[in-house]
Amino acid sequence: MSASAPPSVDLQGRASRDTLGWLDKLRRDAPWWVYPVTVVVALGLFSLYAAWTSIIAHPSSYGPYLSPFYSPQIWVTGPVSPAIWVVWAPLIFRASCYYYRKSYHRAFFWDPPACARPEVRKGKYSGETRFPFVLSNLHRFTMYITTVVLAFLWYDVARALIYNGHWYLGLGTGIMLVNVILLTGYTSGCHSLRHLVGGGLDCYSCSAYRRARKKTWNVMTWFNLRHSVWAWASMISVVAVDVYIRLLMSGLPDPHILLG
Amino acid sequence: MSDNAGGEVVATSEGPGHEHGQEEVQLNIFRGLPGEEGQQVSYTVPFVTGMVVLDAVHHVQRNIDTDLACRWNCKAAKCGSCSAEINGKPALMCKTRVEDLPEGPISVAPMRSFPLVKDLVTDVSRNYEINASIPQFTPADDPSEGPWRIQQEDIERVYEFRKCIECFLCQDVCHINRDHGLSAQYFGPRFFVRVASLEMHPKDVLDRREQTRAEGGIGFCNVTKCCTDVCPEHIHITDNAIIPMKERINDVHWDPLRALGRTFRRSSDGSVSTS
Repeated sequence: MSASAPPSVDLQGRASRDTLGWLDKLRRDAPWWVYPVTVVVALGLFSLYAAWTSIIAHPSSYGPYLSPFYSPQIWVTGPVSPAIWVVWAPLIFRASCYYYRKSYHRAFFWDPPACARPEVRKGKYSGETRFPFVLSNLHRFTMYITTVVLAFLWYDVARALIYNGHWYLGLGTGIMLVNVILLTGYTSGCHSLRHLVGGGLDCYSCSAYRRARKKTWNVMTWFNLRHSVWAWASMISVVAVDVYIRLLMSGLPDPHILLG
Repeated sequence: MSDNAGGEVVATSEGPGHEHGQEEVQLNIFRGLPGEEGQQVSYTVPFVTGMVVLDAVHHVQRNIDTDLACRWNCKAAKCGSCSAEINGKPALMCKTRVEDLPEGPISVAPMRSFPLVKDLVTDVSRNYEINASIPQFTPADDPSEGPWRIQQEDIERVYEFRKCIECFLCQDVCHINRDHGLSAQYFGPRFFVRVASLEMHPKDVLDRREQTRAEGGIGFCNVTKCCTDVCPEHIHITDNAIIPMKERINDVHWDPLRALGRTFRRSSDGSVSTS
């Protein structure tokens, strides 16, 4: 640590536990079961909703808006929802995310339920060395695909903004924009992407290109520090966009301004 | 509070401890030897504002039960000797203030993941065996290179890992050691930190990835971050050491684009690359 750095902040700019915020203190002092119960409820609801909207429900699009579950838009006929062809990668990306792994291993599998709490499950433990959890390593693979999907989501926002040759400033456009910003923040903090950008290098000073990668790594580290916040926020925003579009499909008016 | 010549903590009569209205601390300390059923023994010691659990244990050791076994050294959270489980949570006794703990008796027990020696002392020698199995820092054998010049940006990432005081609380809390008893097949968080510090060093030339995967059992880690939670040096063990090591291993085994690149290289020059 440099001499000028505040003593409570480490090399990566992370505050030590001596300077915890109220939310961290609340989390630290809460009974051990609060975290797993919260995760089970939130992740369980999200999983049910994701399954319903991408398998059972009608495709979710309205006017200039397209649900993130159906983007990039593809046109297929048959019994299988078009969402299935696109949503699998972002969903596996989330399911194999290092933050979510912590969440569901603790909450759903109680492996462990909380730090230093005895485990309930007995029997042979293989962690991420065997099926099914060895598939967590698909994170790198789905990260490549999800970054492409993210580009399509930005395109969807741009397409919603310029609708039928006019600037279309609707409430839905705003929700979609917030969603794609949150998803970008979540993806930018991805451990796998952080590794590819610069974490895998040992020598940053060896070339100007590597120095640039180090600077990008520093930025991604900032996002990575708050990966859990981006993860939850973007998960909620994805559902919010889909719910809003479905409300419009059911007849709710979309407040908007047309320009140009 | 003051220390006398013998290092014993002495309360002043007007100590702020009285403002808290607490005058005594009740400790339930584990007492026992290997092979026998241990028991929690209750002790009551005087409370002094600012006292840490180690102060209370020392009071017991000096005034009540002189045969109470407890390992300690610096009492400044820098030697990593006084690791224990306080109210069931792995922590340093010298860094845990009594007034920060919930009211009521404080339980003090030895680290659960290691074999018991006596009372609060455990045998942590398995850690030294793991440490010895990791190839040490190995620079390129190039005498013409002269004195090293290492840039700050290349080395600052490793500084965080050098803060480790080897208290082994991370090894203790890790459920793979603690609940699954896989320490023979698993390096554990402390040693993934060590491997990461070597692998990320700009002058080190060895590749320890395969050893970390096969012998170190890094795949057992399911990233529940308890090691990070208990680290008294606030090292981001999971985010900055274990996950980056998993990712370096994934470069070889789970990256489709790199696998494709290797295939092309192999077909173009007939060689086989592993990185």
